[in-house]
Amino acid sequence: MDIVSYMLPLVWAAILAVAVTLYVILDGFGLGLGILFHFERREGQRDVIMNTIAPFWDGNQTWLVLGGGGLLAAFPKAYGVIMSGLYIPIIVMLLALVFRGVAFEFRWVAKPRQEFWDLAFSWGALVAAFSQGVVLGGLLQGLAVQGDRFAGGTFDWLTPFALFCGVGLVVGYALLGTTWLIYKTDGELQDWARNLAKIALLLVVAATAIISLWTPLTVPRIAERWFTWPDIALFAPVPLLVIYAAWRCWHGIENIGNDAEPFIAAVALFLLGFVGLLISNVPYLVPASMTVWEAAAAPGSQLFMLVGTLLLLPIILGYTIFVYWTFRGKVRAGEGYH
Amino acid sequence: MDMDAVLLARIQFAFTITFHIIFPSFSIGLAAFIATLLVRWRMTGKEHFRKLARFWTKIFAVSFAMGVVSGIVLSYQFGTNWAGFSTVAGNIVGPLMGYEVLMAFFLEATFLGIMLFGWERVSPNLHVASAILVALGTSMSAFWILAANSWMQTPDGFEMRNGIAYPVSWFHIIFNPSFPYRFAHMFTAAYLTTSVVVLAVGARYLVTNRFIEESKTMIRMGLGMVAVLAPLQLFIGDQHGLNTAEYQPVKLAAMEAHWDGSKPAELVLFAWPDAKAETNHLEIGIPHLGSLIITHNPDGLFKGLKDFKPDERPALLPIFFAFRVMVGIGLLLIAIGLTGAYLWWRGMLFNATWYLKPLTYAWPLGFVAIISGWWVTETGRQPYLVYGILKTVDAASPVSFGAVLTTLILFVIIYTSVFSIGILYINRLIEKGPQGKAIAVDGNPSLGAHPLTAAQGATRSALGSEE
Repeated sequence: MDIVSYMLPLVWAAILAVAVTLYVILDGFGLGLGILFHFERREGQRDVIMNTIAPFWDGNQTWLVLGGGGLLAAFPKAYGVIMSGLYIPIIVMLLALVFRGVAFEFRWVAKPRQEFWDLAFSWGALVAAFSQGVVLGGLLQGLAVQGDRFAGGTFDWLTPFALFCGVGLVVGYALLGTTWLIYKTDGELQDWARNLAKIALLLVVAATAIISLWTPLTVPRIAERWFTWPDIALFAPVPLLVIYAAWRCWHGIENIGNDAEPFIAAVALFLLGFVGLLISNVPYLVPASMTVWEAAAAPGSQLFMLVGTLLLLPIILGYTIFVYWTFRGKVRAGEGYH
Repeated sequence: MDMDAVLLARIQFAFTITFHIIFPSFSIGLAAFIATLLVRWRMTGKEHFRKLARFWTKIFAVSFAMGVVSGIVLSYQFGTNWAGFSTVAGNIVGPLMGYEVLMAFFLEATFLGIMLFGWERVSPNLHVASAILVALGTSMSAFWILAANSWMQTPDGFEMRNGIAYPVSWFHIIFNPSFPYRFAHMFTAAYLTTSVVVLAVGARYLVTNRFIEESKTMIRMGLGMVAVLAPLQLFIGDQHGLNTAEYQPVKLAAMEAHWDGSKPAELVLFAWPDAKAETNHLEIGIPHLGSLIITHNPDGLFKGLKDFKPDERPALLPIFFAFRVMVGIGLLLIAIGLTGAYLWWRGMLFNATWYLKPLTYAWPLGFVAIISGWWVTETGRQPYLVYGILKTVDAASPVSFGAVLTTLILFVIIYTSVFSIGILYINRLIEKGPQGKAIAVDGNPSLGAHPLTAAQGATRSALGSEE
């Protein structure tokens, strides 16, 4: 293998990792707000919760399209295998996102009869978050592949482990949502978010611990990666940093003053989780059956896309930051365009 | 995967993409319309332009949301339904999709935030610029998607190795033989569709004596576009047809229901094409006119369906009838445009109730034409998914019949209900009209049954006063 066809798939794996991470964090707090709708029934408060994300949600969700489109462009074989093998949870996720997405606009047009779209928003978010966790779990377990094609059954993904990953992502997104609210609101709503954030954080810590133990128990390949000398020493900072980030998050929730701290700490928790996943699975794209090199598109295709990506991604990040900056500050009742 | 599951996967894809195309067809033109209104407002300072822009922006937001959620489904269905397609054509189609996301989707989705929520938050110039960027994003999105689709119709700039397509020239991949025609045809269709909606809404207000000044602006702008674009579309469509004759002759033969390539073709106005008997029943046609249109020579010859083996022919009925629906609507729009232009010239337009009243029902015309046109071109590509390279049967994902059936039922239930409600909501916004106060507390009959709580009232008045 020459240096170009060795490096290109690695570069593309890194770009996709960035896209997926940004999606999980950005739409994660958006879906988290939907999950919080289950615990806040008052219309006025729901309006504010929704308005903290309304100008951003569409851009946030686009990272999911880049994840899918980028996977198709850079790793078409993996794209085909993953979409076929995790057919049911992926379609369920997409349909849930239909409800969640249209609710952003329909809810305001339907007022004062918006109850259905409140349900669409809250259940759409919950089901989408759960399905994404199941997709992750299904991938970690591995997919049966024969000659570039998925060769397993429709319900291969359906295991207690994958379902628990779904629960884990739901509480994770709830933590992102509550800490985002602490950052973007004040007064009664912020107090409410602080209380819920504590519960969410405890659940996240518990879920992280369980998944971190369950994964190596289910997947021997991953146990070997983590628990052999000297790797165990090399990777030990990851769990230690998780404990530190969780402590900072708790500290920020407890102590009024730095409203951004809990959210930043929650994001750090997600990033550390992602690092853990990378350590567990490099160099696999479809764990245990397809490496990044095996799944890669033709070098000519990856290169053509890379030129555009290197040019456009900084611009995208630039105007995304600009829009967040434009709508900075606390959101209060009565703001919005509707 | 067995044949039945392939058929279900095709029905599912046809269903989801047919629903999806409604919304971008509308958003592409509407974004440009809103940007134009805002530019005119900045140039003239006339407040009714801004009021109109604000009104249409609300409708745009609802339509755009439906376009986004139905579009995301598609970007994953290439894998869930057509894993073989991503393996064989992923090297080519993948980067085109990737560029669409990077150049267009992010741009429109991000600046939509400023367009919707920036009315009082950012400077007017930045707000207008955001609307222009959203319009630019929708157009670039169409560019890349149509490049990908056109490549599937008339593939170029690639080579096959071990059954997989590899790029050779990206220029030829993007600007493949049918792309310029398809892009011009679809882009014009999108602008035409939106113009008809704007015209119909303007007519609806004027015949009921509401929003007089706004309605006249809408009628002028909508009609102006229809009068120019509808005749232009006839020319572009003809050119596109000639391109199809060259590169996909069997599709053209199916559109024309032309069986025998050794004789000059009639223009078949109506018929019931019979694939088994290889003939047309109940045919009404004009001799030699078909040849004149396709070859620009009354005795010109072009290939008929019998020149192709039966298993290389696409399904005839949907192509034949959808094509006639599209052309029929196109001719109707030319009539609407020219009649309106004449009335306008004579200064009778705003009093011509006989003309304006039927127009209030004209809003769906463009959508029906666009869906019909896509059915013609997509069905006409069959039995291939990538023309001449990959058959649809060979592209299907290894997914079970039951799984595809279940999700198909879910798609049908959810799409028809959610998107029908969305269209009803757009109608509700139109009914409310371009008001200074967006949320009318008074005069809304639905409020009677639900007394406002204090919180609701406070929110609503706060939202209203912000307008």
